Amino acid sequence: MTRTHAVTRPLLDLLLAGVLAVAVLSALLAISGYSVRDALSALWQGAFSSWSVIASGTLLRATPLLFTGLAVAVAFRAGILNIGAEGQLLLGATAATAMAIAVPASFGLIGTMLALCAGLIAGGAWAFVPALLKVRFGVLEVISTIMLNVVALNVTGLLVRGPLQEPTRTFPQSPLIEQALRLPRLMTGTRLHIGFALAVLLAIGMAWFLHATASGFRLRMTGANSRAASSAGGVDVTRVTVLAFVLSGALAGLGGAVEVTGVTYALYENLSPGYGFTAIAVALLARLNPIAAVGSAIVFGALEAGASAMQREAHVPAGMVGVVEACVILMLLASEWVGERLASTTSWNRGAPPRTPEPSSVSAAPTPPSP
Amino acid sequence: MTAAPLADFLDASIRSATPLLIAALGETIAERSGVINVGLEGAIIVGCLAGLATASTLGPAPALLAAAAAGVAITAVFALVAIGLVADQIITGTAITMLGLGITSTLYRVIYGDSGAALSAPTLGPIGIPLLKDLPILGRPLFQQPLPTYVAFLLVPTVWWWLYRTHAGLALRATGENPAAARAAGARPRRIQLWATLFGGACGGLAGGTLVLAQVGTFAEGMSAGRGFIAIAIVALGRWHPVGALMAALLFGMASALQFLGQALGLTIPYQIFLAIPYVLTLTALGIASGRYRAPAALGVRPNVAA
Repeated sequence: MTRTHAVTRPLLDLLLAGVLAVAVLSALLAISGYSVRDALSALWQGAFSSWSVIASGTLLRATPLLFTGLAVAVAFRAGILNIGAEGQLLLGATAATAMAIAVPASFGLIGTMLALCAGLIAGGAWAFVPALLKVRFGVLEVISTIMLNVVALNVTGLLVRGPLQEPTRTFPQSPLIEQALRLPRLMTGTRLHIGFALAVLLAIGMAWFLHATASGFRLRMTGANSRAASSAGGVDVTRVTVLAFVLSGALAGLGGAVEVTGVTYALYENLSPGYGFTAIAVALLARLNPIAAVGSAIVFGALEAGASAMQREAHVPAGMVGVVEACVILMLLASEWVGERLASTTSWNRGAPPRTPEPSSVSAAPTPPSP
Repeated sequence: MTAAPLADFLDASIRSATPLLIAALGETIAERSGVINVGLEGAIIVGCLAGLATASTLGPAPALLAAAAAGVAITAVFALVAIGLVADQIITGTAITMLGLGITSTLYRVIYGDSGAALSAPTLGPIGIPLLKDLPILGRPLFQQPLPTYVAFLLVPTVWWWLYRTHAGLALRATGENPAAARAAGARPRRIQLWATLFGGACGGLAGGTLVLAQVGTFAEGMSAGRGFIAIAIVALGRWHPVGALMAALLFGMASALQFLGQALGLTIPYQIFLAIPYVLTLTALGIASGRYRAPAALGVRPNVAA
């Protein structure tokens, strides 16, 4: 793969996904009898119309999607189907809130950092459970992470009605985090906080880690073919799997911590409108490439920010965006199939090497070790 | 404890277990063929809306079939992408769940207006089995139930018989363990997986229809409330066996009924604990039982595309 190819390919993907999303949305709007023009103009207003809208709408919504998108991408790269980012994010948010309530406001930024660390650790710890179940007992991580998502939701629900409930004990939510402990703003006059910059830095760091370090190489090798990595590469596959899973959970947990300290300032059950699931679309659209994930998080962030505006201005149900996201994922999967077909029929006469099926490491669900 | 709260508890357990059992039996068949359909949640929610939309014109019992058909329709999209185009099953399934939740909330608002006013559908009343329904304690929970509950309980032996006592069932299990070997033996793995997955979708839709037409009587956005995921957990806890699924579904049903019992007995244990317990139990059971029971060997495995 040439260098220009590596840069233009993700950009083309993003553009294609954006066009597809708008096309699907227009079709849905037309079918359901909404004015396509009004709705799309509301979408534009809500997502891109000015710098402050881009910052407070699109980029703000893209932030948790980027954290969880990176979490999903690193897990998928290691061959781990972590669909528990939702639960890991929620517990990260819970731990960060608990920390932010426990430390005095005079701690300032140190307190904020403690809260972020708490979220990071909680998310990682929550991911350690399915990691252990996978490597020790061969429990499919798909099943265990789905279940742990529900457990996390109930733990949060319990805490915001118990120890973490606000002092008047009326609403199922935590007290507000003190002003001094909140994440500083990135741009004055907007709601965008430094969590976005942190997420972008993490994406760059992740790209470096995956492609320029030995550990990153071992992780990718494990994901591509764990048996070969173990026998020919001498990689401790169990260790790599556990560490990658924990890293994935920690990223999602940090995303949750950033969301409470930067956006909501309080913990409640419905904190995440499914960030952990949209994250799969984010990671997939980026073809599991951390740098491209920044772009795809922004695409989906724009879609979600625009959807709120569409609901407000044009009374278009916000659920429609879920349909659009789902269609984009399905079309990406289909286009990958077409791509593979084209590659397998044309590669021989062009003399090009067959495409390495990197993202398909995801698909080969590791079989549990036989008893 | 007097008999009345106990009968109430059992009644509530069976009621909560019914849609879970139906969905889990379908998913058992799909997973035994090697396909894990995380889009089951999507099939359930479209079943809910289809049930509501057709109940007033068709009547509640035919509306159950409409719900099952809706489940098949959305699962056909899953099958097209995951089996036809050999895409990753988990990612496809996640997209199908998003699709189902999004499309139902959109359609509901488009059809019934912005307010999303609660519409009520005619529901299926309980059918009493003569004599048996008068049994103490067990009579009402087991023999005074709406139609889908009986369907669910009859499905258990039917699925068991089909899976373990017919040639087609054997071919399906072989496909789930080793598709290449099944093909060598003359079976058609992709076709088997397609039908198994569609059956799972029909069961998912039926579970959604049950929820609306035998229990709630109306539709709410996201009312499937994770039941598709619970059903997948039930399949695993039931060790990919229909009788196991029955036991596991009853366990989950009892766990959600415990909160009602707790209220009746004046206990103040938070309901979240009851809701989380079955998952923790399932994870523990999966860990403990891993040495003896495991998932079908080819579950979720994507065949070589080039082949």
